[in-house]
Amino acid sequence: MVGYIIRRILWIIPVLFVVSVITFTLMHAAPGGPWAREKRLPAATVQRLNDKYGLNDPMPVQYLNWVGGIVTGDLGPSYKYPDRDVNDIVADGIGITVHLGIMAFLLAVIVGIPLGVIAALRQNRMPDYVATFVSMIGIATPSFILAILLIVVFAVGLRWFPTQSSIWSEPQRWVLPTVALAGFPIAQIARYTRASMLEVTRMDYVRTAQSKGLRERSIVTIHMIRNALIPVVTILGPILAFLITGSFIIETIFGVPGIGRYYITAISQRDYGVIMAMTILYAVAIAVMNLVVDVLYAYIDPRIRYS
Amino acid sequence: MACETRSIPSSRGSSNLTLTDDTSRAPGSPELSELPDDITVETEEGRRLAAQLADDRRHARRLLEVRDLSTHFFTRDGVVHAVDGVSFDLDYGETLGIVGESGSGKSVTALSLTRLVPDPPGRIVSGEIIFDGINILKLTGNEMRLLRGKKIGYIFQDPMTSLNPTLTIGYQIAESARVHLRLSRRAADERAAELLAKVGIPRARERMKDYPHQFSGGMRQRVMIAIALACDPMLLLADEPTTALDVTIQAQILELIRSLSSEFGTAVILITHDLGIAAGMCDRINVMYAGRIVETGKVDDIFEQPQMPYAWGLLDSLPRLDEEKGARLRTIEGMPPDLIDPADECRFSPRCRYARDICRQHEPNLTERQGEGHFARCHGTEPGGWIQ
Amino acid sequence: MVNQAGVLEAPAAVKTRKPTSLWGDAYRRLLKNRLAIVGGIIVILLILIAIVGPYLTPFEYRAQDLPALAQNRNRPIPPFQGPHILGTDGLGRDLLSRLMDGARISMTVALIVQIVVLGIGVPVGAAAAWFGGRLDTLLMRITDIVYAFPDLLFIILLSVAFRDTFFGKAIDGLLIVFVAIGLTAWVTMARLVRGQLLSLKESEFVEAARAIGVSDRKIVTRHLLPNALGPIIVAVTLGIPGAILAEATLAFIGVGVQAPRASWGSLVADGQRSLQAAPHLVLFPALAVAIALISFTFLGDGLRDALDPKLKGKQ
Repeated sequence: MVGYIIRRILWIIPVLFVVSVITFTLMHAAPGGPWAREKRLPAATVQRLNDKYGLNDPMPVQYLNWVGGIVTGDLGPSYKYPDRDVNDIVADGIGITVHLGIMAFLLAVIVGIPLGVIAALRQNRMPDYVATFVSMIGIATPSFILAILLIVVFAVGLRWFPTQSSIWSEPQRWVLPTVALAGFPIAQIARYTRASMLEVTRMDYVRTAQSKGLRERSIVTIHMIRNALIPVVTILGPILAFLITGSFIIETIFGVPGIGRYYITAISQRDYGVIMAMTILYAVAIAVMNLVVDVLYAYIDPRIRYS
Repeated sequence: MACETRSIPSSRGSSNLTLTDDTSRAPGSPELSELPDDITVETEEGRRLAAQLADDRRHARRLLEVRDLSTHFFTRDGVVHAVDGVSFDLDYGETLGIVGESGSGKSVTALSLTRLVPDPPGRIVSGEIIFDGINILKLTGNEMRLLRGKKIGYIFQDPMTSLNPTLTIGYQIAESARVHLRLSRRAADERAAELLAKVGIPRARERMKDYPHQFSGGMRQRVMIAIALACDPMLLLADEPTTALDVTIQAQILELIRSLSSEFGTAVILITHDLGIAAGMCDRINVMYAGRIVETGKVDDIFEQPQMPYAWGLLDSLPRLDEEKGARLRTIEGMPPDLIDPADECRFSPRCRYARDICRQHEPNLTERQGEGHFARCHGTEPGGWIQ
Repeated sequence: MVNQAGVLEAPAAVKTRKPTSLWGDAYRRLLKNRLAIVGGIIVILLILIAIVGPYLTPFEYRAQDLPALAQNRNRPIPPFQGPHILGTDGLGRDLLSRLMDGARISMTVALIVQIVVLGIGVPVGAAAAWFGGRLDTLLMRITDIVYAFPDLLFIILLSVAFRDTFFGKAIDGLLIVFVAIGLTAWVTMARLVRGQLLSLKESEFVEAARAIGVSDRKIVTRHLLPNALGPIIVAVTLGIPGAILAEATLAFIGVGVQAPRASWGSLVADGQRSLQAAPHLVLFPALAVAIALISFTFLGDGLRDALDPKLKGKQ
């Protein structure tokens, strides 16, 4: 097990390498540069700026410079915000983005799993229909539409929550973004849990438990749920990846001061430093999350743990 | 997921026995309200009489009386008469074999006894099951649950899938002891360890913490036996306990069941398709075909004087050691019938080489034959029939 | 049965149930699933709308009905009044026509993405499973890398990078987006195919077929592929909502579809600005997205339940 974890961790490095190379290439393949803004700068100025930031060097050199920088923890300057380093930008925003992601994840699990369990236990009866209906809404509503809907109903209509979450220190500003972000994962987790529970219901060991004369409640909680949740763990990895990469839309709509909102603007503004930093961060987060999920899966399934 | 039948309404009035987890009461001892009016238990005399009555009753009555049990499956294609009017008795401590091919209804019969028939699509539609004086079909779901595991143990066919992969086997054995016998965790674990050793698992105490996948098939079946016997039940239902196992292990498992049941005085219903197994273990045998009992009797009678062509076919199909090499295996031609809306005819007649018109027009009844409790369902072998 | 001559002959046919096949059974089970039927019908409708819809409306999706707009004080025309059934946007363009054009875009994204997914995923997964060994490891490592990529970022980068090329301009800038979505989505298909083929390879019926002497080629075509086909069909159907969703999300932030063309996502983005005054501009595109996503999901669920071999024979 430990060897497995170490190998996986080591494997992340070549993956990051490939990811960074591809990103770097695509980034520079895009026409235009960081200086092509609203006002057209004179060519000489552009040239001087490029020299200053080393953008006229050959690609491999630029890449190696960047690698050198990142290894020493220096992510480079930001082109859009000349007075700030990429390091600063990341440091400011990453805590908030992670915070939002974790809240959305917890919400998705806490709501999604019970929803799926209840739907499976009362299959084809009212609780199932309600739970399935709720799941369907989650599936059918893209996060940005859900966000707009929530704003219209709860922020503008009912005035329960503020429309913008720029000030992150007030908890009521966390609610709407979290719900908007968690909508789709709730539905996915609920559907998957329901399917898994239904599978478990058909298993022979459930019949054995019944033949022992156990209470239905015990059979469900002790015998069924833990078996049903094992496959559900496998989809938690992709869900976390979704939350990480998808949060930028929610951040943009609600004005959340995380790093996600720099996403689009960085790409359109060709802020290379920010683009590279964000790509690497996201890739690391995804890889680590997948590793955690895989280890968790191996741990909770006794057939894998003791083999 | 409901395991109780809904078609038989529960009526508390017919049975005055309230089921609790009280183990101090010996099986079969009467409640006060069951005694005749002139006996009270206040006096020494009264107590003695009551005990005598209980004892008489216990021997007068059987552990299990099944009358006209019918369990049907309501499917898209029609109503499948999986068990159709089955009646039999079982004494305390007796071993009964139910023998038949796949689809004969033997497993469904056992499931019906504990009301574990999956509903939907199955349902016990009629009949009576009296277990230890208790009318099973009139119990509420919760009352039935209290019986299961405690008074009736079940061993299922496939040990590979019948154990929960995420729980230790120690837990799975101790579970029913904790629930039914109200033992503390430690006491239940102790009991489980003893049982595990008793079923022949070496280093039982250490292996309590292991998971099912760490055991072989034969050992898992031993664990199943330990689970079934955990609360010292009065009846053990063994549904093809050795079918999924190697032949070499089969004998061990069967011997284990035999010795444990005789040691604890447990009655056993052994379900199998293998007459050889039934012969070695059972006192009496019910031969089932197409949802009906077609022959029943003591083991010796069935083997020495089978009264039904199907039973002949079964006996005949057993490979024998003294056959010549290369001889073909003898089979019974044809396939078991579809159990949807069976007609009034002998259900075996399409495959029977001795069938005559009467067989196809009128289903034979179980009639008495030579030997105690020996009955068979065949026109041809009746006294005066055309088969001798 | 003994006949006249005393010879044993085969018994008369006994009443048995109709023989079933995997596909026949699955088809019948699917038909009984009402949700799946509804989903399937809507899917067919969407495809039809995508193909012929824009020809059926009197308005073109980018035509501005300036007279009508002027009459409405240059505000978006609300729905259910007059010839513009679902109203217009602020530039006088008929919403229904634009929605139909959006349907065309969404169906196209579904098609192209799944072509890419199948085109890359199936061969990769099959090769990994069939040849095993080094090739398997190599291909799985490649899938790891693709998997680690933050997909939206990759799609955006790709579409921005190639925006001015021929490829980038195809189908109004959409082809590049569709292909990019496909390039991030094939991984799950490859893993699925690989998993299916691997487990099927080891299963007993393959052993049995080999034991009888069936050739390898026949094993693959007659035994492995039909069994793997079911999950593949389900995965394709259930993957379409993801593709539509991705395209809508990208359109919302301005990536992909270029004005004056509009996909449902960009319609929502446009409409968002005048949400209070003209809610229909957000409502109908959102409904369109929801309906499409739900129908494909119901259909996919129904297919999955119908093709589940464990349910065969059970009621």
